[in-house]
Amino acid sequence: MDENKIKSPYLKKNSRRREWKEKSIRFFFMLNGYTAVLFLLLIFIFLIQEASMVIVDSGILDFIYSHKVLEGGAEVRVFEWYPTSEDPRYSLIPLIMGTLMTALPATIISSFFGIAVGIYLAEIASSRTREILKPVIELFAGIPTVVMGFFIIAVVATFFQDLFGFLNRLNAFVASLGLSLIIIPIIASLSEEAMRAVPRELRMASYSLGATKWQTIIKVVVPSALSGISAGIILGFGRAIGETMIVLMATGNAAELTVDIFRSVRTMTATIAAEMGEVSHQSSHYYALFFIGVVLFITTFILNLIASLVLGKMNKNRKFYE
Amino acid sequence: MKEVKVKVQNLNVFFNYVQALNNVSIELYTNKITSIVGPSGCGKTTFLRTINRMNDLILGFRKTGEVILDGVEIYDHNIDVVNLRRLVGMVFQNSNLFPKTVFENITFGPKLHGIKDKEKLGEIVENVCTRAAIWNEVKDRLNDNALSFSAGQQQRMCIARVLAVEPDVILLDEPASALDPSSTAKIEDLILDLKENYTVIIVTHNMQQAARISDYTAFFYLGQLVEYEKTTKIFTNPTNKQTEDYITGRFG
Amino acid sequence: MNDPNKNKLVYSTPKKWDYKLSDLLAVNGIRFITGLLLLIMMFVLGKIFIEGSGSLSWSFLTEFPTNNMTEGGIGPAIFGTVTVLVLMILMAVPIGVCAAIFINEYAGNTLWTRIILLSVNNLAGVPSIVFGLFGLGFFILFIGQKLDEVLQTGLLFGQPAMLWASATLAVLVLPTIIVSTTEALKSVPFSQRAAAYGMGATKWQTIRDIVLPQARPGILTGIILAISRGAGETAPVLFLGCAFFLPDLPIGYINMGLFSIPMINPTEQFMYLSYHIFILATQSTNPMLTKPIQYSTTLVLIILIVALNLTAVIFRYKFRRIIDEIRGVSS
Repeated sequence: MDENKIKSPYLKKNSRRREWKEKSIRFFFMLNGYTAVLFLLLIFIFLIQEASMVIVDSGILDFIYSHKVLEGGAEVRVFEWYPTSEDPRYSLIPLIMGTLMTALPATIISSFFGIAVGIYLAEIASSRTREILKPVIELFAGIPTVVMGFFIIAVVATFFQDLFGFLNRLNAFVASLGLSLIIIPIIASLSEEAMRAVPRELRMASYSLGATKWQTIIKVVVPSALSGISAGIILGFGRAIGETMIVLMATGNAAELTVDIFRSVRTMTATIAAEMGEVSHQSSHYYALFFIGVVLFITTFILNLIASLVLGKMNKNRKFYE
Repeated sequence: MKEVKVKVQNLNVFFNYVQALNNVSIELYTNKITSIVGPSGCGKTTFLRTINRMNDLILGFRKTGEVILDGVEIYDHNIDVVNLRRLVGMVFQNSNLFPKTVFENITFGPKLHGIKDKEKLGEIVENVCTRAAIWNEVKDRLNDNALSFSAGQQQRMCIARVLAVEPDVILLDEPASALDPSSTAKIEDLILDLKENYTVIIVTHNMQQAARISDYTAFFYLGQLVEYEKTTKIFTNPTNKQTEDYITGRFG
Repeated sequence: MNDPNKNKLVYSTPKKWDYKLSDLLAVNGIRFITGLLLLIMMFVLGKIFIEGSGSLSWSFLTEFPTNNMTEGGIGPAIFGTVTVLVLMILMAVPIGVCAAIFINEYAGNTLWTRIILLSVNNLAGVPSIVFGLFGLGFFILFIGQKLDEVLQTGLLFGQPAMLWASATLAVLVLPTIIVSTTEALKSVPFSQRAAAYGMGATKWQTIRDIVLPQARPGILTGIILAISRGAGETAPVLFLGCAFFLPDLPIGYINMGLFSIPMINPTEQFMYLSYHIFILATQSTNPMLTKPIQYSTTLVLIILIVALNLTAVIFRYKFRRIIDEIRGVSS
């Protein structure tokens, strides 16, 4: 070390090599850093690439409706997903309906339960209880969806069938129940975090004006935490739309266009999962499935973006009281 | 004869357009202890960090003016910052020992700079620990977790750690502010001993400490250097009214 | 609590008992809803446990399924799951950890950094079936086929295989690893880095010797969570190499003269625990007979996931204790 201790020792000598080494190390890490961007782009590109063939093949309109010739010779518009018939039809409408009929009820149920649990964890539970309960609830978010699907088939569907006598044992309703159990932890977590972030001072102000605990929760805490709660609901909805196994197993997989929640439906995700194994490579059916993939990708992308924006606003508006 | 170790000229420091130091010019002398005093937020720590270019690590840092160490402008782009930081060592307000053994902490610096021989490392450890007045307390506990010692002992270990890389200048940022009086006294004695071989610059908000140990004192206020004198003169007969007010405790 | 009726002059407040009652109802209503949810969760897990634990045994875990899936065990499915997950981790962890190091230690606050963070976030939100499509379109049909062309191996890589399933899962869990590693790195206090820089360490030396070792428990937590995620996913691997029944394990032998070394053959198909449950539940030849096996297999998967998550929680707890020790100067 002594040779470095001459006057003016800090001008570059053999440190140029060291600087070059540091720069290349940084470059290496940077490459890794951009892999997330890379993969996102790749997914998009490869999906679009296969899906775009379909536009070449048939045209976007085919994904909404097609024409069916009835016996009498009259042409009628139908919304059917029936790729395996001689006159294949690729209307996405029944599938979109199916997705919505499972995702919407699930999101509604989960919002109710999720916000309630969030309120419990943030405002009512003691910190001891919260420390135990929070990981338990997050544990449940980790339950494999195939297990949930299995449980619905094995227990829930039969139970409700016996109770209500549905036409279809497996339907949108029971599927949405399963979805709810998966989504509740998402909404609960985000709501709880959002509520905890509301500064103590606001609560104190409310109490000192004579409000009760519940009034404070409902009128002060929840409204302040609204952006976080909304972000949770949006993300939960996105999750419900993108979920595959539960709907694949529990919806009954009938690509029927219906608004009756107690009938079998088919979601977009289940369609891909069920039919991908059977399509011939690069047939129209194959491209059509990729097209569904693109729709799913873009939808969840937009939902995630909105949720990020909402969360971003929440963090910006947060005032820090020390 | 006073030799100038660090010469600062017209230094202005900005963090994201907020000015932290305003036109500071000062000469710090070799082998003397200079203390930087002033109320909170006056720029003492920023000034200190300018000397070993630790401010470079803070986003939004910008400076104008010159900082010259031993005749060399340290912000020149030819300067090896890594080596500079070895030559200008820093001890922080709160001990930041690594969660490793005492031995590993102190030999971290020498190992970085190429010393691998176990015996030599052992010598270095004993040498710096003795000079940091902590050898007796650690000599049988070199392989213990460094964080298991008291706060005062940890700070002395931080000083030893810095000594191990053989710096020229030692910067201390309120090294004893988190310690009890007896640990503080030990640190102050240690700093007085350091004067012989190193140039010491110490930031402190403890006026008595500055009066006790430093040869020169610089009083900063709101980012400006208000007064810089021999310690004895500043404490008995300050030129500037602001200085007098601060020293006598009227504000800050 | 203040009596809300004190200043009746300006506000017309409802009677005292009205407030109390609605408050009580509401708060306890919330308690009830939470309790209900917990009950449902307990019921789900409990039922699976009760129905499934009957058939659990060592032979169940190691044997092959027999007699059209109505008897035997799930050994190969466990084997397949473990090998796929190991491969997945080997691919995801280096990239993910290095990416997190870049994000936290090197990248500034530029537009590109925000794009990276946005991408990580969005990658995490991509539906799992879309990953399956990606795996098919990119790994199998593009990379796989190109490999076959270049290496002249016919149709070896360009078809569903363990390698591509692991790769796809690796991309799926990449955000998990990146996010938890970033958190772990962030929680190492800056003062530690400052100490290292102050002694003349370079950035890489600081990261290698000070930051990474201290972040290690947090990184491990992330890895465990990633494994748990990968084990639970079915959709991505549905058509990437999962098989319901394979007569042999995906092991190949490399001949070294006197003896042959068994090695995992990543170009083969495999059995997978979650996929197994799926097929058993939806396409059993005889649902009555396979019912207990369905429950047991599910139970095994759940135990695996719970064990992994619990380990992660314990790790996270221990990690926080270490960081607190570093932060606090205990006298």
